[in-house]
Amino acid sequence: MQTAVITFPASNCDRDAAVALEQITGRAPHRIWHKETTIPSDVGFVVVPGGFSYGDYLRSGAIAAKSPIIQDLKRRSEAGLPVLGICNGFQILTEAQMLPGALLRNANQKFVCRVTKLRLANAQTRFTKLYDAKNEIDIPVAHHDGNYFADDETLRRVEGNGQVVFRYSQNPNGSRNDIAGIVNAAGNVLGMMPHPERTVDQNHGGTDGIALFKSILGTL
Amino acid sequence: MTMIARVYVGLKPGVLDPQGRTIAASLNDLGFNEVQDATQGKVIELKLAPGEVEATEARVKEMCEKLLANTVIESYRIEIDAPDAE
Repeated sequence: MQTAVITFPASNCDRDAAVALEQITGRAPHRIWHKETTIPSDVGFVVVPGGFSYGDYLRSGAIAAKSPIIQDLKRRSEAGLPVLGICNGFQILTEAQMLPGALLRNANQKFVCRVTKLRLANAQTRFTKLYDAKNEIDIPVAHHDGNYFADDETLRRVEGNGQVVFRYSQNPNGSRNDIAGIVNAAGNVLGMMPHPERTVDQNHGGTDGIALFKSILGTL
Repeated sequence: MTMIARVYVGLKPGVLDPQGRTIAASLNDLGFNEVQDATQGKVIELKLAPGEVEATEARVKEMCEKLLANTVIESYRIEIDAPDAE
């Protein structure tokens, strides 16, 4: 399975994502610079990584969402290409309107950096089917703008469709309905604030991220 | 000669504004007890090639919708300073 990781100016988790993908697929992912205009045709899964693209100028993810590669990513995802946006990647995907809602400044104003316990709100998605819905998983977060917001009507729709994938057991940022990650209506685009790529090796202190990558890569 | 457009962007009512809340609390701590709430936004000033005010405003509105504001969470207001507005 050929995968890809997109890099923007001030992405800082792109290498971690690439290492995780190579560990799981046995194959180095394509590294795609944001100025490129097309995702190579052999790519079956794309990670939009964490970081502080464009220094979070204007709004987190706002400038990156207008980059040439995201326009192609949007087209390809509408045709079914699976995409995972992590942290700043989640912010970019909401700014690109590939996912509903927005990520606001954390309610307590503080940057939060710690391992969070997540509940599987939906363990039937292509990204989560290898998890046991009864178990909580430990995935680290590191963000300042992770407070998920959607208006009442959008939130009802997202909840009704089963698009909420992960919820925090203890909400670290004020997210509505404790939302930590959501998928689009088609189920092929996942955005999440926690970092599954930081927990794929015993030396990371945990391996709860592995099942996410194996779930989505195994379905391709 | 240039035209100036000022775009005021702020969070919509009902969207939590922790920075505004912190500012209000700090003003209260300084004895400004009449402060009931505060909201924080941003001002973006654009220098524009001169043009007709109405058309310019329409273009700036498009800029707001495409980039300057995220209308999921923010609203915006536009002011245009035309060079002959004095």
